[in-house]
Amino acid sequence: MPAQSIWTLLSWGPEGWLDDIAYGALITIALALATLPIGLTIGFFIALAKQSEEPSLRLAANIYTTVFRGLPELVTLFLFFFGMPILLQHLVRYFRPDVTIDVNSFVAGMIVLALIFSSYASEVFLSAFRAIPKGQYEGGYAIGLSNWLTMRKVIVPQLLRIAFPGLENCWLSLLKDTSLVSVVGLAETLRNASIAARVTKHAFLFFGVASLVFLGLAVLSSFATNAILRSLGRREAQQ
Amino acid sequence: MSATATMVERPPPRARGWPRRRIAGYALVGLWILFGIGIVSYLFFAWNPDFFAKYAPAYLSGLGVTLALVSISMVLGAILSVPVAYGRMSSNRILSGLAYCYVYFFRGTPLLVQTYLVYYGLGSFRVELQSVGLWDFFKDAFNCGVFAFALNTAAYQAEILRGAIESVPRGQWEGAASLGLHKLQTLRKIILPQALIVALRPYGNELILMVKASAIVAIITVYDLMGNAKLAFANSFDIQAYIWVALVYLVMVEILRHGVEWIERRITVHLKR
Repeated sequence: MPAQSIWTLLSWGPEGWLDDIAYGALITIALALATLPIGLTIGFFIALAKQSEEPSLRLAANIYTTVFRGLPELVTLFLFFFGMPILLQHLVRYFRPDVTIDVNSFVAGMIVLALIFSSYASEVFLSAFRAIPKGQYEGGYAIGLSNWLTMRKVIVPQLLRIAFPGLENCWLSLLKDTSLVSVVGLAETLRNASIAARVTKHAFLFFGVASLVFLGLAVLSSFATNAILRSLGRREAQQ
Repeated sequence: MSATATMVERPPPRARGWPRRRIAGYALVGLWILFGIGIVSYLFFAWNPDFFAKYAPAYLSGLGVTLALVSISMVLGAILSVPVAYGRMSSNRILSGLAYCYVYFFRGTPLLVQTYLVYYGLGSFRVELQSVGLWDFFKDAFNCGVFAFALNTAAYQAEILRGAIESVPRGQWEGAASLGLHKLQTLRKIILPQALIVALRPYGNELILMVKASAIVAIITVYDLMGNAKLAFANSFDIQAYIWVALVYLVMVEILRHGVEWIERRITVHLKR
């Protein structure tokens, strides 16, 4: 193998691997961003169910968080990635026996990450719900707002502000958990880096680059969350 | 007495009939029950004595490997976290900067990347490592796993330790100093007993996170619990390989979680009224 300098290996184009890793980083960001709204929505409703007066709703929500916080992320991922095609195949076979089903690794990763993210986010939302005094609900009802409107106009704006730091933590761990999806073959940062490492035999260099990419994403999201926090704070000051 | 008894706020009476949320709750619980029955009946009908005879011992030894990995790296991480936490709290700019960078790196990058960096990455320095005699250590995947996990958990544990020590009010330090205790004595006899109560729950969470994260070493060819499940699945294409392992992990995590809660209840008895 001709000795290549590090800078050729890290260049953009057919010689180097920087474009592959940058593409992988885009996939990482896309996966995390695609998971976020699903996870937030599920997490919010799980938290609602957990603080409901109805014991059966609480039980169902508690089972959900116990399961998805108790299982290792990797096990959940493998269960879904390998188990879901089998399950779907059994279901579909009743109608069309000749179909085979493959699960896209991006979709499987998205589902699994959303399940995990939502079970952690639900805890954050729950503690935020508990920090909002009962009088806020009563005030909402007293001026004639419906259940739904009280939630939307009175509770949720305060809830988001209280829950924000906790959700930021959840987001950071979501960002890190996306690296696990490389194991089932999604061409994201880590997978592209390990392909580069295997081909060029410069493992430390490329895994180092991958870790820098994740570090950079963490720094970037801390900038973004700071900006969001500032705007939230400004809005609070205006009120 | 009767006056206070009437002051007690009673829980509102339970709603009668079938409000919407009760229907939803029963439906969801029913779904979970169906799901549970489905898994149990699948495991029952897919019961395969050969599978069990072949892989159950492997799972047991894998459980041993997982527990060894987690306990060794937790202890090493706890030892390593002390100087890191000291650095974080130090007023020396360089020391605290170094400790901050260490913590930021290990908390900001995925554990999987760190494990790869150690297992595959250190192979790039094979000649150098051989010359100092460390190559035999890093050749083994289990050792690499322990190394990466210990470094990772040290960063988290250092933050836990720092938070706990800083949660103890300054007056405690000052009071001890006025009694003539020196720093180390103060730390050992006054600060740490109070700090560790605060730290217990985060430490428990970190232990649970480590147990869950330890599944990662299966990817770098360590035959821990998950590694054996991967092997069993690759040989048999039987999804029950992963279902069993999921159950084992779930039971393990639940035991730890309830254990930590029990210990916390025990050691905070004196704080309750």
